[in-house]
Amino acid sequence: MATAAHRIARTREEDSPADEAALAAAYEAAFDAAVAADERIEPRDWMPDAYRATLVRQIAQHAHSEIIGMQPEANWITRAPSLRRKAILMAKVQDEAGHGLYLYSAAETLGTSRDELLDKLHSGRQKYSSIFNYPTLTWADVGAIGWLVDGAAITNQVPLCRCSYGPYARAMVRICKEESFHQRQGYELLQALSRGTPEQHEMAQDAVNRWWWPSLMMFGPPDDQSQHSAQSMTWKIKRHSNDELRQRFVDICVPQAESLGLTLPDPDLRWNEERGHYDFGEIDWTEFREVLKGNGPCNEQRITQRRAAHDEGTWVREAAAAYAEKHTAKDITKDRSKDITKDGAKDGETTA
Amino acid sequence: MTETTKARKTREPVPHIAAALALGDDALVLSHRLGEWAGHAPVLEEEVALANIALDLLGQARVLLSMAGDEDELAYLREERAFRNVQLVEQPNGDFAHTIARQLYFSTYQRLLYAHLAAGDGEFAGLAAKAVKEVAYHQDHAEQWTLRLGDGTEVSHERMRRACQALWRFTGEMFQPVEGLDVDGEGIRAVWLESVSAVLRQATLDVPEGPQSGAWSAGAGRQGLHTEPFGRMLAEMQHLHRSHPGASW
Ligand SMILES: [Fe+2]
Ligand SMILES: [Fe+2]
Repeated sequence: MATAAHRIARTREEDSPADEAALAAAYEAAFDAAVAADERIEPRDWMPDAYRATLVRQIAQHAHSEIIGMQPEANWITRAPSLRRKAILMAKVQDEAGHGLYLYSAAETLGTSRDELLDKLHSGRQKYSSIFNYPTLTWADVGAIGWLVDGAAITNQVPLCRCSYGPYARAMVRICKEESFHQRQGYELLQALSRGTPEQHEMAQDAVNRWWWPSLMMFGPPDDQSQHSAQSMTWKIKRHSNDELRQRFVDICVPQAESLGLTLPDPDLRWNEERGHYDFGEIDWTEFREVLKGNGPCNEQRITQRRAAHDEGTWVREAAAAYAEKHTAKDITKDRSKDITKDGAKDGETTA
Repeated sequence: MTETTKARKTREPVPHIAAALALGDDALVLSHRLGEWAGHAPVLEEEVALANIALDLLGQARVLLSMAGDEDELAYLREERAFRNVQLVEQPNGDFAHTIARQLYFSTYQRLLYAHLAAGDGEFAGLAAKAVKEVAYHQDHAEQWTLRLGDGTEVSHERMRRACQALWRFTGEMFQPVEGLDVDGEGIRAVWLESVSAVLRQATLDVPEGPQSGAWSAGAGRQGLHTEPFGRMLAEMQHLHRSHPGASW
């Protein structure tokens, strides 16, 4: 909720040009105060253009990641090795579609439609998380994604539940609950493999070897190279630095890997008594930048499939729109004619 | 039902294995086909809806197959000729219109069948009572889309017309008697035909050629004779499980 001053500021509508500068300053001051007091900014509240733009960019990228992220896992739905696992995986992929829906709705509250954002995704003007540009080569990858990728996502997103923008924060509360199911299910899948036959154990280890470093990259570039961090922190869109969150994630994963009976592919990983954290090796930022630029193993494939689904669905969406229009129009005509024939003489205000 | 058969039933609750396989395979196979849509649906809401239906069907399949044996052994280790689903559910997704036509035909049948089973006191009454509510949603979903596509644009009308026509010949099989299932197939067929015809007409679509004209071929999925695409579907579905004999997942 915004402060009283903030509300008063945004309800004042008649202002002379001379007052404009003063008024803008008052708006801004009220906004800053609301954010500083940890109050939530709501869609109808005044907000700086740059704040709105930053939010749209971040929420869109998040929404795109949810729907592109369906692909690597959907890749295994038809091959899931037991009916129980198949049901879990289908439900998970469905959840991700649901997350996409919540987030596109959150972006809509900022005045940007889903169509507009999808268009930007399809034309490469907006990005999605680079993690989904890696392939799912074996069944164990489904487990590794759940454990590590959903795990990293949770670490990133739990603080967003307290984000200054209300609709985004509320969407994140729902999403985080489901992501933590995904993380546990992924862990449990890997555990079954790790404790299974030697081939299954090997499959699990191989998947963790391939997904570990890309998961660490999900937290973004190191703090000294991060473009958007400082302003986002002030606006309370972001609450912790990339490196802080990455460290938190490593600290969570190391003991979990131990109880899984799997190793993390980093010879430099060791407990640092002094820091009270695990030290870990150097991340290959060249790889990160290459994948970000579009040169990852699946960038082309993911966006091609997304575009194809969208393009092939055009006639379906057009049909739904045409049907809706026809029938709304028909219903209105019907209502009107009913009004006219039955009691049109008495009722003068029969407008649809 | 006589007093003696009733008594025998309570003493020996042996499920009708053949019937459990027929209904279980229908649900399993259609769920699998719907699962193939994940990541390819025409609109985000349909990713959610199709997955919902697939999950309901998978849940039904697991209960039914477990009445007949071990669900995973049955799903993953049977050969194509041992599957007892109707050929309709194994038909490839095609375009969205084909998927919707398949849904319309099958969910209308399944709802009538489950409503009948739920009203009885046989082995399937419990499952059917729960499933009939799920299937009511599947049918509603299929009917809504049949209306939108049939009565949408010229393009969608033509696609929906072709889909309804192409799948029509797989519908007759649903009304054949199923071993171990006490249902009046002819009775269900009459209601089914009435219900589907009404939806198609409302969607400005013609009802495809009926059995009277001889164009309604019956199919033989219930006897283990399937269509070519089914073998490929099973190969994909069973490959990983079969590659690790005896492993648990
Ligand atoms: Fe998600
Ligand atoms: Fe997730």
